[in-house]
Amino acid sequence: MASAPIVANFDLNKNKLKGIKGRRIEAPAFKAPVAPKRRGAAAMDSFWGWRRENGRVGVRNHVVMLPLDDLSNAACEAVANNIKGVLALPHAYGRLQFGADLDLFFRTIIGIGSNPNVAAVVVIGIEDAWTKIVVDGIATTGKPVVGFGIEGHGDIAVIAKASYVAKEFMQWSSELVREKCPISDLWISTKCGESDTTTGLSSCPTVGNMYDKLIPQGIYGVFGETSEITGAEHLCKARAATKEVGERWYRMWKAYQDDVIEAHKTSDLSDSQPTKGNIAGGLTTIEEKALGNLEKIGRECKYIDILDAAEAPAKGPGLYFMDSSSAAAECVTLMAAGGYVVHTFPTGQGNVIGNPIVPVIKITGNPKTMRTMPEHIDVDVSGILRREMTIPQAGDALIAAIIRTANGRLTAAEALGHREFSMTKLYRSA
Amino acid sequence: MSAPHLLVHEQKDSVGVVVVENLKAGTDMLAVVTHDNSAFNITAKMDIPIGHKVALADIKAGDTIWKYGQDIGIAKAAIKKGEHVHVHNVKTKRW
Repeated sequence: MASAPIVANFDLNKNKLKGIKGRRIEAPAFKAPVAPKRRGAAAMDSFWGWRRENGRVGVRNHVVMLPLDDLSNAACEAVANNIKGVLALPHAYGRLQFGADLDLFFRTIIGIGSNPNVAAVVVIGIEDAWTKIVVDGIATTGKPVVGFGIEGHGDIAVIAKASYVAKEFMQWSSELVREKCPISDLWISTKCGESDTTTGLSSCPTVGNMYDKLIPQGIYGVFGETSEITGAEHLCKARAATKEVGERWYRMWKAYQDDVIEAHKTSDLSDSQPTKGNIAGGLTTIEEKALGNLEKIGRECKYIDILDAAEAPAKGPGLYFMDSSSAAAECVTLMAAGGYVVHTFPTGQGNVIGNPIVPVIKITGNPKTMRTMPEHIDVDVSGILRREMTIPQAGDALIAAIIRTANGRLTAAEALGHREFSMTKLYRSA
Repeated sequence: MSAPHLLVHEQKDSVGVVVVENLKAGTDMLAVVTHDNSAFNITAKMDIPIGHKVALADIKAGDTIWKYGQDIGIAKAAIKKGEHVHVHNVKTKRW
């Protein structure tokens, strides 16, 4: 049973847990309230968003407390506690990183602060110099950003000063209004998780159908998960817009195989890829998983460039590939840092992921997951398995959900408070 | 068409995916190939969980397993038509 606890070194009374049913308070049958009238509800070619100083459009309006480093998490969380509505983004890194790992760190943290879903940022760091790098990086977007260093002042003084600034930002941002924007202003990322055989049959092709319809309308898309293309690399290479991009993609994929997987694998990777959840869901090999994964880019669109992790696309509208981990929270965080504002997340077995600044729309085709954990799912495409729903119909349902989400409807993950913010680290710190 | 028990991606595939819960051994399954909507029947030889794969024909040890019309691994044991295909009898060719 999935609900049974996994217990180590502790005498847990499992029988007592089983007995917990929760007392039901009888009430009149719940009737869902009438859906509110939505601005532009019928339109599939536009949405309401916040156009930022640099022209990019956000679908959320967060004021973020951004710690430079692990040491500054406490101060950031204290400010978020003082000033209601401010979002602190605690994380584990930012000290003694160097080289490519430090570059990726700065790209991620500056990218998150620069994302158009963020209206304004207060950065707190243990010292001034790296704090200034983050402030200056975010400031290039033109959005309000202020930084504080803790050394020489202490947490309490910094929290007081940062609280004043955060309050100003919060009140300022609360007056910003949404405006009607063409759908081409949307940057939509994708990555699937807790995949099973139903994702390749239903939820991944649903995302693919969405891209086939929206990429021609001028949106930016991105997919990634370098290790999870293994087994479908010949198909992925062939989906590049040009031969040169395909060759570059293949060299990137091969380098990961050689430099990371071959260098670090033990007997094999099958203990990790597919994951235990994948295997429980019926996926047997990485090849099978990869072929389902690649369904997310549909039938027609081709990727025009390859992004490094957390890198913003720079070749105009179209589909991109981001060289990224396949771990859900890491991948979504890297895509958010690349500037994507809505994420589409197919799941089979029921990944519960969210992101603090980007709404994560979860799609499943697995009827068992719909039955056992429906509160996590935004788009139910299980009708595809019953042959009651076609892939193009599912794609339309996803586009409708994307537009409603962009207009402000909270995703399941947002309503449930999922704010997974996980940085990718390349090697251990100095 | 009534709801299928089994979905198969391509005609070339040697396995299909169970798409209903609580499938019991002996069930005469309706299988649909999603690529061309063609249908056939096949009997489940075992109880097979939703999402798990069924052999569409007898498979010999060493045979390549086909799904999506692509190579997804190698059979490590003989598998009879209608039997469960998973990590106990199929392995990746990659790592």
